[in-house]
Amino acid sequence: MSEQAYIDIVGVTKRFAGGVKAVDNANLGIKRGEFFSLLGPSGCGKTTLLRMIAGFEFPSEGEIRIDGQNVEGVAANYRPTNMVFQSYAIFPHLNVRDNVAYGLRKDRLSRSELNKRVDEALNMVKLQGFGARQSSQLSGGQRQRVALARALIKRPKVLLLDEPLSALDKKLREEMQFELRQLQQNVGITFVFVTHDQEEALSLSDRVAVMFSGKILQVAGARQLYESPSSRAVADFIGSINFFPGVVKGIEGQEIVVEAEGLGLLRAPIAAGTGGASFKPGSAILVAIRPEKLSLSVEPPPGNAITVKGTVLTSAYLGDRSHYHVRIPGREAPVAVSGTQSARSLDVLHAHGTDIYLSVSGSSVILLPPD
Amino acid sequence: MSSERKAAARQRRGVWALGAFAILYLVFLYLPVLFLPLFSFNDSRFIAFPLQGFTLAWYEEMLADDAMLNALGNSLQVGISVAILSTILGLLGAKAVTRYAMPGKEAITAFIMLPLFIPEIILGISILILWSALDFPLSLMTVAMGHTLICVPFAMAVLTSRLDGFDQSLEEASLDLGENAWMTFWRVTFPLVMPGIASSLLLTFIVSFDEFLIAFFLSGTEPTLPVFMWSELRFPSKLPRMLALGALILLASCVLVVFAEWLRRRGVSDAERGGGYGIT
Repeated sequence: MSEQAYIDIVGVTKRFAGGVKAVDNANLGIKRGEFFSLLGPSGCGKTTLLRMIAGFEFPSEGEIRIDGQNVEGVAANYRPTNMVFQSYAIFPHLNVRDNVAYGLRKDRLSRSELNKRVDEALNMVKLQGFGARQSSQLSGGQRQRVALARALIKRPKVLLLDEPLSALDKKLREEMQFELRQLQQNVGITFVFVTHDQEEALSLSDRVAVMFSGKILQVAGARQLYESPSSRAVADFIGSINFFPGVVKGIEGQEIVVEAEGLGLLRAPIAAGTGGASFKPGSAILVAIRPEKLSLSVEPPPGNAITVKGTVLTSAYLGDRSHYHVRIPGREAPVAVSGTQSARSLDVLHAHGTDIYLSVSGSSVILLPPD
Repeated sequence: MSSERKAAARQRRGVWALGAFAILYLVFLYLPVLFLPLFSFNDSRFIAFPLQGFTLAWYEEMLADDAMLNALGNSLQVGISVAILSTILGLLGAKAVTRYAMPGKEAITAFIMLPLFIPEIILGISILILWSALDFPLSLMTVAMGHTLICVPFAMAVLTSRLDGFDQSLEEASLDLGENAWMTFWRVTFPLVMPGIASSLLLTFIVSFDEFLIAFFLSGTEPTLPVFMWSELRFPSKLPRMLALGALILLASCVLVVFAEWLRRRGVSDAERGGGYGIT
């Protein structure tokens, strides 16, 4: 794809029996040393794509290159990749040490060299002194570390991780996220990480590919994915968002004028997340606004923010922030608003059903092609 | 209050009745079997009470009966070959149906299992007709082939359940770590399926060892033990030594069953230690 790409996925399609396309014409360039995530709901094809990089599945069309080498027809045991499985796949008949040393048989190391390598790997995942344990004596987090050590001891060019944190409880998961990130920075190996958890993907990765029904919709860093999604599906999947269908009224310099449902006429800078789509006057457009970009006030806000009058339907206090549903005229679905501290006073001031002003600055508006 | 007491009394009676039933059941099941070792030490050629005193004479007679030992040898030979052959075939079949998607998988499995549901006498006669039509001489080999037919379903059943509960990513992990399919089988699949293989070997051996009908039709001039025993029943004088042999076989089967159960339990606790890989 590009010259600096370390893993090149070019026009890869995977068809399963019955003609179902699990992966549909995927194009992707993953850089050397990058922490790259494949993010999407279950069944979107992210695991199939990962398994094609690992060599457990083979593309029906297209090709995969790892470090410049086309790996077509190369079986998993000859690829410079190692994998951490979702179930961890710890060999139940072997202890921790033998699990970690499993992949070194062919290297024919001397006993002392082998022990050194295993100890190094165990240290790396903070499992010193666990070598003699049976896999049944390990907790979920420890199993995951064994799986990591077993893969990393092979010194792979690429480490593939298939939802490795999904089996852990929330607290442990957050701890392991942090450790994974550190580990990746220490070893400098390219990580390809599959997850359905958007927070996990955004917090860990250098870049994320968002996948939906076999297609890669957008590849970008966390901030760009959140602030400037390229399509409705991505905007909807990453965080929560309000959509207002509208029509382009005109383009004035760097600004676009849109008539949107419930918002009336509004102006937004074209740079604001147009997702590369070109808008023409008269064409349909989707205005998308994140709940936390909206503010509520009793008086009309000063300045030239986009402002509409509405009524608060419901409010929920969530500690660090509050959630509101606001009804605005001309729109059936209530608008979701998320307010932090400054908006709090509204809880006290206003019972449900009172009029308030809903406003957003033009630069916080995301403009998307309709569906 | 009184109704509660009545209920408790009824429950006690229920427990009592159940216990009595269990005891009766065990007596009914095992008493006849116990006559075998009992009379094998009885100092009389006639199988009748009262017992006449202790003797090892029948065991000496048994050891001196070359025809009988020969039949025992035949049975062991057939049983061991059948156990190995049907376990290998069962393992291949089980691996195929649990690991690969193929058209008509259910039909193939049903077809392999079919001999379990065909009366052995029908199988025996059909195979006999086949061999005579082909002018193929009857021998221990024809017996072993017939037994393999009915033993493969047993092996398949035992091994399929073992392989089914086996996390496939274990084999993938081995490939991923650089081992080829054969080394993966040797280092991962085989050790984990081992208890299943052992139970399959034992089960198929026992099925072959005591099978009579097919062996009767297909054994020609080399009888297996059940066929030999059946033919010798005509001679009352030879009955006591058969009791002696029967007692020894009984002892050996008990040892085998205990061993098989021990293996199975070890397999189960392996799976538990494996933490939910569900190796049954």
